[in-house]
Amino acid sequence: MNRAAGPGPVGRDVAGEPQPDQAHRTMLIWCPDWPVIAAELIDGVPAREPVAVLHANRVLACSAAARAEGVRRGLRKREAQSRCPQLIVIEHDPARDVLAFEPVVAAVEQLAAGVAVLRAGACAFAARGPAGYFGGEPVAAERIVEQIALDCGVEAQVGVADGAFAALLAARAGRLIEPGATAAFLAPMPVTVLDRPQLTDLLYRLGVRDLGAFAALPPSDVLARFGLDAALAQRLAAGKDDLPLAPRQPPPDLEVQERFDEPLDRVDAAAFAARVLAERLHAGLAGHGLVCTRLAIAAVTADGRELHRTWRHDGVLTAQAIADRTRWQLEGWLTRHRLASGIAMLRLVPEGVLAQAGLQPGLWGEAGEERDRAHRAMHRVQGLLGPQAVLTGVLGGGRDPGLQATLVPWGDERLPESPAGPWPGRLPPPAPAVVLAEPVAVGLADATGERVRVNARLELSAPPVRLVTEEDSWEITGWAGPWPVEEKWWDGVRARRVVRLQVLLADGQAMLLMLQAGQWYITVHFD
Amino acid sequence: MTGPRLARSETLGSVRRASDLTDDVAGLGQDRFLPVLPELRELLPGRGLRRGSTIAIGAGGQPAGSGARRMSMAGATSLMLALLAGASRAGSWCAVIGMPSLGLVAADEVGIALDRLALVPTPGPEWHTVAAALLDGFDVVVVAPAGPVAPAVRLQLAARARQRGSVLIPFCLPAGRARPTNWEGADVTLSPAGAVWSGLGQGHGRLRSRELTVASGGRGAAGRPRRATMWLPHVSWLVPQDDPVRAPRPADDAPVRRRLRAV
Repeated sequence: MNRAAGPGPVGRDVAGEPQPDQAHRTMLIWCPDWPVIAAELIDGVPAREPVAVLHANRVLACSAAARAEGVRRGLRKREAQSRCPQLIVIEHDPARDVLAFEPVVAAVEQLAAGVAVLRAGACAFAARGPAGYFGGEPVAAERIVEQIALDCGVEAQVGVADGAFAALLAARAGRLIEPGATAAFLAPMPVTVLDRPQLTDLLYRLGVRDLGAFAALPPSDVLARFGLDAALAQRLAAGKDDLPLAPRQPPPDLEVQERFDEPLDRVDAAAFAARVLAERLHAGLAGHGLVCTRLAIAAVTADGRELHRTWRHDGVLTAQAIADRTRWQLEGWLTRHRLASGIAMLRLVPEGVLAQAGLQPGLWGEAGEERDRAHRAMHRVQGLLGPQAVLTGVLGGGRDPGLQATLVPWGDERLPESPAGPWPGRLPPPAPAVVLAEPVAVGLADATGERVRVNARLELSAPPVRLVTEEDSWEITGWAGPWPVEEKWWDGVRARRVVRLQVLLADGQAMLLMLQAGQWYITVHFD
Repeated sequence: MTGPRLARSETLGSVRRASDLTDDVAGLGQDRFLPVLPELRELLPGRGLRRGSTIAIGAGGQPAGSGARRMSMAGATSLMLALLAGASRAGSWCAVIGMPSLGLVAADEVGIALDRLALVPTPGPEWHTVAAALLDGFDVVVVAPAGPVAPAVRLQLAARARQRGSVLIPFCLPAGRARPTNWEGADVTLSPAGAVWSGLGQGHGRLRSRELTVASGGRGAAGRPRRATMWLPHVSWLVPQDDPVRAPRPADDAPVRRRLRAV
């Protein structure tokens, strides 16, 4: 299509909204199946073979060869493997995706200014600059795709539309949408492209099946019923991107900055710093009643080099989202640039700031003044002793009382080591209050002083009468068992065959003894 | 003087003040007391954990090293968890310092919210700095010092707790160790004074519940020594009445198990 380059007239349509002018023409670069490509670039997994990248046991992205065999996004791992037995399966690593995308963004930045990353695999910029320079949007698009192919060897698709959301959908279809035709392009799309599963589910049940119907709903009703995020989604569905609901002059002290005395050069230290700074930024925004949709991350290394990246999101950035993006970006910089010196200063600047209409959950748990006080105290202790010093417990599964609760460092994701579920052979309640980290070896004697043994039929050689430790010996007034535990018999290395016995001592102590390889141990105290 | 005369509340015999009805209820925030489990109420002055106080779990009045000490120290960790349970269930944040072998499943069973419980199992030699930092932010902080504590450190931590309105619980009775220490100068000292388990016979049964006797003493309002016996952990799984093993007394709110009848 031929269009004269240059700013068009800014008019107002019937509803009084300013018509999208040249300033909102967005060009978007989209690399299909980016997690698979990233795995090939970083880990060497061949992308020509059938490959699937899994997240939470479901397929997130698959290569073209896998798609030909019938593997689709959203399938479970077993289902995908049954459709394609030679499927190569890898776990999703967002940091790896961002790391591999850095060269692509660098290549685009050579030809366009103000590149913002939506996620690993998609980046957007204003179309006006390159279109004016190369003489037309199609020419500019081709040039940029060539540059990416030359520099990085990945194939990319381009879409141009009014606004980044429509441009992403256009890039998937490989189309250039004329100015003003965005709403018509978006209308027949299903609401699932909004990528908000709860909202989509609700809209589906209400009978709103495509974006045109969603855009036709009264905006004030959508804001009142579904909240700010859905109101933003409705603006996107109508093709009115980047026009904020309530434009604010953000207070000047919203950006947060941190200087590090010891420059960060390790990924885990960077992750911790990113989390802390993200929480500060979110708390600052929430204190003013604001949310942001774009985030600018700037870093200065110890030898003066400056690094900058903008991330944008088509919804509101939650505290977790800010922390994740900062962490991925820092990991990408540290790993890729192989910085000789570490990062000495980190700054987060919120952009696209909107007035908040609704409660934004914080990074850890419910909001509240007690929670904030507790977090500040924990941060101080983590600063004194290291991030692994403050722990929290997560309940999970397991037969041993010691393994049923996993300790995770505060701030990390609360995942148990073994999943909860039925574990036959687990001790019934009450649970022991003291779980020894290292079992203590003891001797168990019967009435004649002989050691108590357990034969292959799980019978004790004689009733136990005395418990002997290094310091002391006690009389046993009650006992029950032996209860066998046989775990992982199929694994030669980790197989475990033990026998458990509950004993009650004369002074009221109760404990659980374990017999392993002929030696009795105390494992827990029912203190 | 014209206008209605306001009556004084003492002269109106039928008026009951709202403060008379709030005996058992202690809220959070700026209230002076944190709630505790019903079994522990009569042991503590004010029927709750008073903000700013130090409540020690130690050997109590018994001199350490006496022959009777071996009889009484069992049950201390469960007592500590029970002290935290009431406040944690009501929303307080709790921290435990210096106990690497704490059983978290037991904490969850007694009612502590695990996502509001912070653990610092190995604080190192500077544990009092860590304790002071956590007293700033947490409502209840349990410290388990590894050895004897200098009086200056004790006074400093108690003063910090009083200033911030947090509750400091020094825990001086680790299980399996022969030498219990003591924390002098605490406002209230709770010590376990005998535990009787039920449910375990000679080669049959399993540990079900324990009747724990707790003695309390201390300064000021807690000066009068008290004793209370409670079921800790709770009896939620009743033993059938004809079991030859000693059947525990049912708790007031425990569910009664109905036996199957042929119809």
